[in-house]
Amino acid sequence: MSEQAIEDPQVGLQLIPQQGSEYAVQVDHLYYALLGISGLLMAILAGLVVVFAARYRRTLGRGRGKLLSDRSGRRVEIGFALSLCAAFIGLFFWASQLYLKLYGEPATDIVIDVVAKQWMWKFQHPDGTREINTLHLPVGETVQLRITSQDVVHSLSFPAFRLKRDAVPGMYTTAQFTPIRTGESHLFCAEYCGTDHSRMRGKVVVMNQTDYQRWLAGQGDAPSPADAGEQLFQSYGCSGCHKPGDATLAPELAGIFGKPVPLASGETVVADEAYIRDSILQPQKQLVAGYQPIMPSYSGQISEEEILQIISYIQSLTPGDQND
Amino acid sequence: MTSVVYSESEDRHATPRDYLSGGWSIRSWLLTVDHKRIAWLYAVSITGFFFFGSAAALLIRLELISPAGDLLSAESYNKLFSLHGIVMVWFFLIPSIPATLGNFLLPMMIGARDMAFPKLNLLSWYIYTLGGIFTLAAVIAGGVDTGWTFYTPYSTLFSNSAVLAAATGVFIVGFSSILTGINFIVTTHTMRAPGLSWLRLPLFVWANYATGLVMVLATPVLAITLVLIALERALGIGIFDPALGGDPLLFQHLFWFYSHPAVYIMILPAMGVVSEIIPCFSRNPIFGYMGMVLSIMAIALFGFVVWGHHMFVSGQSMYAGILFSFFSFLVAIPSAIKTLNWTATLFRGQISFSVSMIYALSFLELFTVGGLTGVFLAALALDVHLHDTYFITAHFHYIMVGGAVTGYMGGLHFWWPKLTGRMYSRPWATVAALALLIGLNLTFYPQFLLGYAGMPRRYHSYPEEFEILHVLSSLGAGVLALGYLLPLIYLSWSLRHGEKSGPNPWDATGLEWQTASPPPVHNFAETPVVTEKPYAYK
Ligand code: HEM
Ligand SMILES: [Cu+2]
Repeated sequence: MSEQAIEDPQVGLQLIPQQGSEYAVQVDHLYYALLGISGLLMAILAGLVVVFAARYRRTLGRGRGKLLSDRSGRRVEIGFALSLCAAFIGLFFWASQLYLKLYGEPATDIVIDVVAKQWMWKFQHPDGTREINTLHLPVGETVQLRITSQDVVHSLSFPAFRLKRDAVPGMYTTAQFTPIRTGESHLFCAEYCGTDHSRMRGKVVVMNQTDYQRWLAGQGDAPSPADAGEQLFQSYGCSGCHKPGDATLAPELAGIFGKPVPLASGETVVADEAYIRDSILQPQKQLVAGYQPIMPSYSGQISEEEILQIISYIQSLTPGDQND
Repeated sequence: MTSVVYSESEDRHATPRDYLSGGWSIRSWLLTVDHKRIAWLYAVSITGFFFFGSAAALLIRLELISPAGDLLSAESYNKLFSLHGIVMVWFFLIPSIPATLGNFLLPMMIGARDMAFPKLNLLSWYIYTLGGIFTLAAVIAGGVDTGWTFYTPYSTLFSNSAVLAAATGVFIVGFSSILTGINFIVTTHTMRAPGLSWLRLPLFVWANYATGLVMVLATPVLAITLVLIALERALGIGIFDPALGGDPLLFQHLFWFYSHPAVYIMILPAMGVVSEIIPCFSRNPIFGYMGMVLSIMAIALFGFVVWGHHMFVSGQSMYAGILFSFFSFLVAIPSAIKTLNWTATLFRGQISFSVSMIYALSFLELFTVGGLTGVFLAALALDVHLHDTYFITAHFHYIMVGGAVTGYMGGLHFWWPKLTGRMYSRPWATVAALALLIGLNLTFYPQFLLGYAGMPRRYHSYPEEFEILHVLSSLGAGVLALGYLLPLIYLSWSLRHGEKSGPNPWDATGLEWQTASPPPVHNFAETPVVTEKPYAYK
């Protein structure tokens, strides 16, 4: 399986990788600022060492000079520490605010599902198109990645977008970005994941809207994740209990996504991706208040991609949808 | 001190036997409880592991000269970097300075005759050796391919290599670390010479004391983590396995809760070494002694609250990430103060470029580069881009190799006359020290560039455009190897042929210089009394 050829983009050596997004430009500004500060501090340090070494060399035969008093020494130390503190607080806020942009609240409906496995990246576009180790994207569109892993921890890395996010089994992590120029860039697995870790790579291809639509059209007609999820919902027999519009045997699923759910234990949880996944694989772990523990576990029968499709389906339902 | 310390003859009392003349039989070494001989036992073992780990490193660098990954198979490559990491971290860096120089010097620097628990001290070497045997057994059993970080669920469910043997080795060696820590703490508390108050302690003693605290407090967490791995691998208890309701991130929390403080176990002693060398060769007292002590303790303390900075992209909560980022900036401040104070110690001194001074100044450069790039990594959004790339590899090598190992080399050259009573070849030693400085920068500087360009770490083959930087880095590794091999040769040579050094060739202050070289079995003929602050250079 691992012997498939790797398709690296031909980008040449760039010490500052392609700035594929506005965010990448902003991260680079932070990088330049830090390079500047570090360069300055290094130059001062090296300069002082060289000057002191030259002026106070022992072979010059001069005696030792007068030392700073304890008091002025302490002033130097405290002044230095305080100016560092000030610089660090500035940097801390700057860097944290960027971080929140990357991983924070999603600002888009375009979700691309990503499943990592030893040793490949599987992507599914909102229209259902799937691809492996290559990701095609339209320029100017904000996309959110919804990432999980089928086996070990991997890490999805897009250097051109200064983006990286671990793919953790049993968890969904997210990141969002907006490509601003067309072209190819690297896609890597950055978390060591076993023998062929270094072959788990490929490319991101950003295209203009027309090319992207043409590309999608050429990929055949796969059902969208939500439609595929509906199919699975039927075929796995979920719909038997979770009958649309009927919440006697099992809770109604339409409209629950993102809403708090009261549990039998008295707690409440928000029905997010992880909650739905857990409910499918370990239904007894978080029982909804007022229902019997009768749901079977689908653990071992259902793949991560299928779970994501069912999640998309549940996400697509609004209350009333199922009443027909 | 009474008159019958050495019972054989009156004459012995006048010039007590040195610790080496007690015989060279295997027995006299393997059953010794003299801290000075135990230091040598450690020195020999860790040197063995160092060159073993270095051989792996050279193979890795050789492989990376070409992007195709054609010298080794992917599997052997993964096993090599895993062994390199495991051996270097646990069998070299963590014991290095404390177990050798610390063991030898700590009692002498506080005017004591030995460690508080001499037998425990010997036991800890045996435990170290036992741990080493397990790790070597893992190598013979085909190696281990998890990386030194043993991340789950790869290590517990997927790896088909000798994970159990390697983890057992690391588990065992942890006990040796704990015992060393306890010994340092108790010795420093109870065995100081009259007049040696806490604020008269040399900074090397402070640094090893703080290291002891970190060892005792952090290592048990590592032990627990490794036991959990073993249980999970052998019995499938499911604590890290998401399919059984376990949490893969829990492992990362536990692992870094030990392993970040471990970083300070490596670097604090080296800071201690440098704090002895720089005053001596600039004939100045250390600048800001009090600030130095406070920084050592602050680093040891803050080191415990930054582990989450290894997990900014892991899926831990964003707000946890922000908190850990804040603490990471905080822990950089005491290190920066120390750098300021070392530099300021040179001011208006009388500077001479002895070999150990070259090492100390190299340390200053390398540690500063390592520390400043640490600030890049503490800055959240930048870390996201840099995490798990070659930037990380470069950063921690500047700290661990540039800082900790360079400090060790500096200390070895500074105290060599005390350890052996002999001098080494100064020209050769100067060449080696410069080779180290040049080799290190050439090896690791290109890796910063690789990292920002996006090159992930732990890759056995890579996109072609990164080739040139990898070639430079491999060239540097060759120069660096020279810097480490030469000392092995001229130091061994000096053991027999070196000029006699006399008790205090550098005209240094500090109690260890007030006794013969090599020191007598009980260190001092008479317990010294301390009347002034350390570093009383005039
Ligand atoms: C005192 C000596 C230091 C040593 C020995 C050291 C060592 C290390 C090591 C071994 C790693 C690699 C983790 C991995 O395998 O992924 C690392 C990462 C890191 N270090 Fe340091 N470090 C030191 C100082 C600092 C300082 C002063 C800072 C902050 C100002 C810092 C910030 C970081 C951060 C944020 C990471 C995580 C990067 C990542 O994994 O993405 N380090 N360090
Ligand atoms: Cu991977």
